[in-house]
Amino acid sequence: MFYREAGDFSTTYAEDQQTFPIKFDRYRYYVVLFIAIVVVPFVINDYWANSLLLPFLIYAIAAIGLNILVGYCGQVSLGTGGFMAVGAYACYKFMTGIDIWWGGELLFRLPEFNIFFSVIMGGVMTAIVGVLFGLPSLRIKGFYLAVATLAAQFFLVWLFNRVAWFYNYSASGQINAPERDILGVLITGPSTEPWATYLFCLFFTIVCAVIARNMTRGASGRKWMAIRDMDIAAEIIGVNPLRAKLTAFAVSSFFVGISGALFFSVYLGAVEVGEAFGIQKSFLVLFMIIIGGLGSIFGSFAGAAFLVLLPVALKVVGVDWLGWPTDIVAHLNLVIVGGLIVIFLIAEPHGIAQLWRVAKEKLRLWPFPH
Amino acid sequence: MKYKLGTAAVAAMMAASPVMADLVFPSLSYRTGPYAAGGIPFADGYADYFTMLNARDGGIGGVMTKVIECETGYNTEKGVECYESTKGEGSLVYQPLSTGITYQLIPKTTADGIPMHTMGYGRTSAANGDVFSHTFNYPANYWNGASGAINYLLAENGGDLNGKKIALVYHNSAYGKEPIRTLTELSEKHGFEFKEVPVDHPGQEQKSQWLQIRRDKPDYVIMYGWGVMNQVAVQEAANIRFPMENFIGIWWSGSENDVLAAGDAANGYKALTFHGVGSDFPVFDDIKTHVVDAGNAAGAGDQIGTVLYNRGLYAAMLAAEAVKTAQEIHGVADITPAQMRDGMEALSITEEKMAALGLPNFGPSFDVSCSNHGGEGFVGMTQWDASAKTWSLVSDFAPSDMDVIGPLIEEDSGAYAAENNIEGNC
Repeated sequence: MFYREAGDFSTTYAEDQQTFPIKFDRYRYYVVLFIAIVVVPFVINDYWANSLLLPFLIYAIAAIGLNILVGYCGQVSLGTGGFMAVGAYACYKFMTGIDIWWGGELLFRLPEFNIFFSVIMGGVMTAIVGVLFGLPSLRIKGFYLAVATLAAQFFLVWLFNRVAWFYNYSASGQINAPERDILGVLITGPSTEPWATYLFCLFFTIVCAVIARNMTRGASGRKWMAIRDMDIAAEIIGVNPLRAKLTAFAVSSFFVGISGALFFSVYLGAVEVGEAFGIQKSFLVLFMIIIGGLGSIFGSFAGAAFLVLLPVALKVVGVDWLGWPTDIVAHLNLVIVGGLIVIFLIAEPHGIAQLWRVAKEKLRLWPFPH
Repeated sequence: MKYKLGTAAVAAMMAASPVMADLVFPSLSYRTGPYAAGGIPFADGYADYFTMLNARDGGIGGVMTKVIECETGYNTEKGVECYESTKGEGSLVYQPLSTGITYQLIPKTTADGIPMHTMGYGRTSAANGDVFSHTFNYPANYWNGASGAINYLLAENGGDLNGKKIALVYHNSAYGKEPIRTLTELSEKHGFEFKEVPVDHPGQEQKSQWLQIRRDKPDYVIMYGWGVMNQVAVQEAANIRFPMENFIGIWWSGSENDVLAAGDAANGYKALTFHGVGSDFPVFDDIKTHVVDAGNAAGAGDQIGTVLYNRGLYAAMLAAEAVKTAQEIHGVADITPAQMRDGMEALSITEEKMAALGLPNFGPSFDVSCSNHGGEGFVGMTQWDASAKTWSLVSDFAPSDMDVIGPLIEEDSGAYAAENNIEGNC
């Protein structure tokens, strides 16, 4: 009824294989895109941008990245925070001009990259680091791999705290994003306009989501899923496990790195590695894909929205409306998030995305379920 | 039922919407998370002082004060959310009580024209008001603390630290790294040997660090810790029988929470301070009458007189005095954040003023100016008496070595100015 297929005829293979084969669904997607790109930038203020939309978009990218690794390829990772840190520090080094020292002398200094390319380089560097830490996945699986990536998490945070070169020898060990612009429009720094930072992050989110969606639909995605479902069977039917696993690590880390770079440069502007990219961050992103739905791009968005918006919504209702003490509301938040994770794991292991799929299915058949 | 809920929500919203005629003080508190034990007393003290001003004096200069509390959990992202959600309500001054959130907010508050007071924490070189126009860190900063500790040790050793060994146990983060430069310079100046001993967050595991200290046998240990790290360090120091009177914490390592766990073993442990300890001041009588007895105490009301409660109260008092100064300068009672900044920059705390406020000898007297947002940097020393379970002041508020600190502030703030293209404000 609400999702009408009647009169929706595909006449070419391309039409048959598109992401949203039902016309109604496709138009809804265009409407969402239109509102996000054309309407939202005109109506948001600092609060909406910095407190809700930027974290949502940035975490959505990180969740997509982790979902490719965990949800599609079945390689458990607890190193997301560390990989986000790589993206952030790479972005910082590229945007301030990388300096190479040898024996106390400055050998050469790269020119400063534009913030757009700095963010992309953040992703590229993270992809390289991700492949390095993905190498153990060729020998070990499951819990053991989780421990190996956990080691990456702690090693990377330790590295960025220990080696002063990464934070340009600043006294406090913090990295600060200097003011950078694209065609005269400020993207980083304190004087940015909310619409500019929002559109910048939205661009990366849309591009990442489209790339991820199409990769997971295509040959590489099928290989990842074959490895996930049964790696020996996949090998027998001709999937190269080395290549499949390492590409999953590379692509996943690339997205996570992009999100780390945006998280540092556009959203926060200053970062202390232990505080911003600690083990907490790895768990947060993992919870996002568990609640949102493993192996689903929409699930990454749903999970990110859920975990970014829920604390803010609870705060608004509990503190601003009902006048409860702030600490009670903060504790309540932990209780609710913890409870939801347990409930989702028991009742719907495929998360919000599966609920959405079921709802769509019901709407298609309504009012004549069979 | 639906109707009732709706009206209740609307009524609650109306009650919560800001009345612009108030003097608004946001309190970015943390009553949850890893540092809650330190955050709760500070937030209580901060809120109680303003509650008392409202009840006793009818606000400041005839305008009622209002504290908006927002829970950060010591988390920078939540801190940013809190800042964005409260800045539109006429917030006069931000006190984030977290180094991470301070670093986020320095550029943001400057761009929005709202002053920030980072009392005894945050970015030390913000003392240079020429560069950091909207950030204040009077009356003392981390570098004053480091120098104050060394000055105290100099006085204890007859002015000579030559050949002594001093170790710094620090939280391995921006906060803990702050004193390293200062102590390195001071070690060159006074000829003592300086050792760094980092402890990773959160600091529950320090066995190897204290084994290293036992092996190196430093004469003194200085600690820059916060939260659970302090308790563990005091306990570990007791375990290796390190003499407690040679163990000096910064002011964030010197509250009741840090020493009570170790019991008698913590007796004699010292900590720096920039304000008085205990509840032996006239202002606490007013707080008892107007706040506690009226049933309006913040939190559980059980923190009054603790070290961190006093610090929150002191922060609120300095903010209130800055409001009074601003009201005098601009001749209006309901001031704006920009006027508040002027008030903070013209703030002058004298002993007479403190005595009149019911806080005689509670803190050092100091003057703030356009180029100096840090005050004179007087610090004192407190010591823990485990049997009486009290901290007591064991030295006067003494000046720190500005010959060493001044150039460091110039250097660090100069680098920030160059990075961000800041021209002088003064």
